[in-house]
Amino acid sequence: MSATAAGRDIPGIYHKAGSLRSERRWAMWTAYVSLIIAAIIFLAPPFYMLVTSFKTNAEIADYSLNPWLIRSPTFEHYAAILSNPIFIRFFINSCIVTACVVVLTMVISVLAAFALARMRFWGSQVLATGVFLTYLVPDTLLFIPLYQIVGGLGLLNSVWGLVLVYPTLTVPFCTWIMIGYFASIPKELDEAALIDGANWMQMLLKIFVPVAMPGIIAATIFAFTVSWAAFVYPTAFVTTAEQMPLTIGVVSQLVRGDTFAWGQIMAGALMAALPPVIIYAFLMDYYIAGLTAGATKG
Amino acid sequence: MAQVSLRKIVKAYEGDVQAVKGINLEIDDHEFVVLVGPSGCGKSTTLRMIAGLEEITDGEIAIGGAVVNDIPPRDRDIAMVFQNYALYPHMSVYDNMAFGLTLRKFPKAEIDKRVKEAARILDITPLLERKPKALSGGQRQRVAMGRAIVRDPKVFLFDEPLSNLDAKLRVQMRTEIKKVHQTVRTTTVYVTHDQVEAMTLADRVVVMNQGIIEQVGPPQELYHHPATKFVAGFIGSPAMNFMPARLEEASGALNVTLANGTSLPVPDSRSARYRPHVGKALLFGIRPEHLTDEKTMDKDNLAPLSLTPEVIEPMGMETLAHFRQDGAEITARLDPATPAEVGVPLRLLAHMDQMHLIDPTNDKVL
Repeated sequence: MSATAAGRDIPGIYHKAGSLRSERRWAMWTAYVSLIIAAIIFLAPPFYMLVTSFKTNAEIADYSLNPWLIRSPTFEHYAAILSNPIFIRFFINSCIVTACVVVLTMVISVLAAFALARMRFWGSQVLATGVFLTYLVPDTLLFIPLYQIVGGLGLLNSVWGLVLVYPTLTVPFCTWIMIGYFASIPKELDEAALIDGANWMQMLLKIFVPVAMPGIIAATIFAFTVSWAAFVYPTAFVTTAEQMPLTIGVVSQLVRGDTFAWGQIMAGALMAALPPVIIYAFLMDYYIAGLTAGATKG
Repeated sequence: MAQVSLRKIVKAYEGDVQAVKGINLEIDDHEFVVLVGPSGCGKSTTLRMIAGLEEITDGEIAIGGAVVNDIPPRDRDIAMVFQNYALYPHMSVYDNMAFGLTLRKFPKAEIDKRVKEAARILDITPLLERKPKALSGGQRQRVAMGRAIVRDPKVFLFDEPLSNLDAKLRVQMRTEIKKVHQTVRTTTVYVTHDQVEAMTLADRVVVMNQGIIEQVGPPQELYHHPATKFVAGFIGSPAMNFMPARLEEASGALNVTLANGTSLPVPDSRSARYRPHVGKALLFGIRPEHLTDEKTMDKDNLAPLSLTPEVIEPMGMETLAHFRQDGAEITARLDPATPAEVGVPLRLLAHMDQMHLIDPTNDKVL
C-alpha cells in the first residue's frame, strides 16, 4: 500500500471508532443507566418504608397484595408515634446527644487540626496520621473496652455516656477533614496575620475558621450524621427506654417479642431520618466543597 | 522608621544545610535596599528572618537599634508584602487593611483615617468594599501594600511582590512601589530575583549568591564596578560576555589577547591597575552594550573585533547578535540599522573603557 493510500485510510479508522460527539453520547448513556440503577438500589428501601408507613396493619399483613402499592392510605402509624410520649423522649434524647457531640467534636477537631496542620512541632506528622488510623478501628471492636470505661464512670444507661463515646467516632474523621482544609490555606495567610499582630487563637478564630467554613460545615454534617444514626454504642450502653435515642428506641419499643409493628417502625424510622435529609439538602454544596478542598488545592 | 542591622546572620536547616552563611548588612533609615540573587541564594530566608518568620540559627538582627532575635513578628513593628498577596479572602479590602490596626486596638476613627489615606495613595478608594476575589492581580498587590502602609511600621518587607503579575503590570507596579516609597519614606527591604527590578528600585542593591553577600552598592556602582564575576554576570541584561584571554605587554602598552589571537589594547587609565597581572590567563569581560558596531565611532578607546553571528535578534530599538568564540557565548548590541547577517563576519568595536578583567582563580574582578 502506498503512503498516500495509508494516509487516506487513517481518518477512516478513526471514523469507525466514532466521532467525539457519538463517544460523548455513549458516555452519557452509560452514565445515566449506571446512575439510574444506583438510584433504584439506594432509594428502594426508603420508598418501601414510605409506602409501608401509609398502609393499614391488615394491608401490610396481606401477602397477596402488591407490596409497592397502597390501597387505603392511613396516617394512623404517624399519629400513634407522635402521640406516644416515649417517642418524643427518644427524639429529645437524640437531639441532646447530637447537639452535644457536634459541639464537642467541632471544638476538639478544629483545635487539633489547627495545631497539627499549622503549628510545626515534633511528631505532628505522625500524630496526624495516628488520628486518622484511630478512625479505622470499627466501633464493633471498640464497644467492649468502652463499655468498661463508661461503666466505670457510672454513665451506663445515660445519654451522657453516649455524649462521651460518640466523639471516638466523629473526632478522628472530622480532624482529618479539617487538617486537609487548613493545609490548603496558603501559609502566607497565617504569616500575614502573625505580622499584623494576631496571636494563635486570633489567627484561628479570625482567619482560619471563616476561611475554612466550608470544611467546618462538612465536618459538622458528618458529626451530626454519625451521632444521629449511631446504633452499636446505644445498643450496648443504653437499656432503659427513658435514655434511648431514636435509632434504638424505635426498634426496642416497637418490636415486642416476635411481633413487629411494621407500620409504626417504618413511620418512626422515616421521621428519624428526616433531620439528616433536611440538613444535607440545605448544605450539600458546602459538604462537597469541604470534602474536596484539600484534594484540589493540594 | 528605623535602621536594620544584620550581624553575622546564619540560617542552618536540618542536615547542616546552610541557607545563609554569616552575612553582615547595615540598612539606613529611609533606605530602599533590594536583596537580589538567583533561586536558593538565601535572600528570602534573610527577609523572613528580619520578619521573624524564620528563627535565626546564629547572629543578631536589630531593628531601630533593638535586637529582635527573640521578639515575635507582631512586636517587631514591621509590615510585609507577600508574593501571593496573602489577603484575607473573607474580608473586604477595607477590613484587610484595617485588620492589623484593629488587633492593635486603634480607635475606629484613626483606623478609618489611615485606611482611607492609604487607599488614596494607592488609588484603590473605589475598591474598599470589595472582596479580594473580585480584584485583579495588580489591585490585590496594591491592597497588600495598603495593608502594610496603614500600619506605619518601622520597616517594610517585600518578598518578590511582583512575581505573580504579568510583564506589563510588573513594570507599572514597580513604578508604583517607587512612588509609594518616595511618599512614605519607610525603610524598605525588598527581595527579588529580577535584577531589573533591583536596579530600578534600589538605593542600594545587595547581590546574594549561595548564602553570602557578593556585593553591596548603589545600582550604578554594581553595574560599572562589579566586585566579582558573579555580580558582573548577574547584573545587566543581556549578561556580560566573558572570554578567555591573556594580559600581555608590548613596548610598554598592555593588550588583552583573546584565544583566537585578537589583540585588544588596554586603555592607559587601567594600565597601573592591571600591570601586576601581565602574563596571566584571565577572563575578559565586556557587556553587550559595550560591544557594538561602527555607528558608535565617536567614543575613544575602541578596539576592533571581527565575529561571525550565529543568531540575530531584532528588538526594534536595537538588535542583539549572538556569537560563539572559543567556546564562549558572546552577545553584542547593534544599531538596528546595521545590516547583520547570520554567517557573515561582522566588524565590532569593543569599548575598552568599559572592559573588566577577572581572575579565574578566585572570580574577583581586578
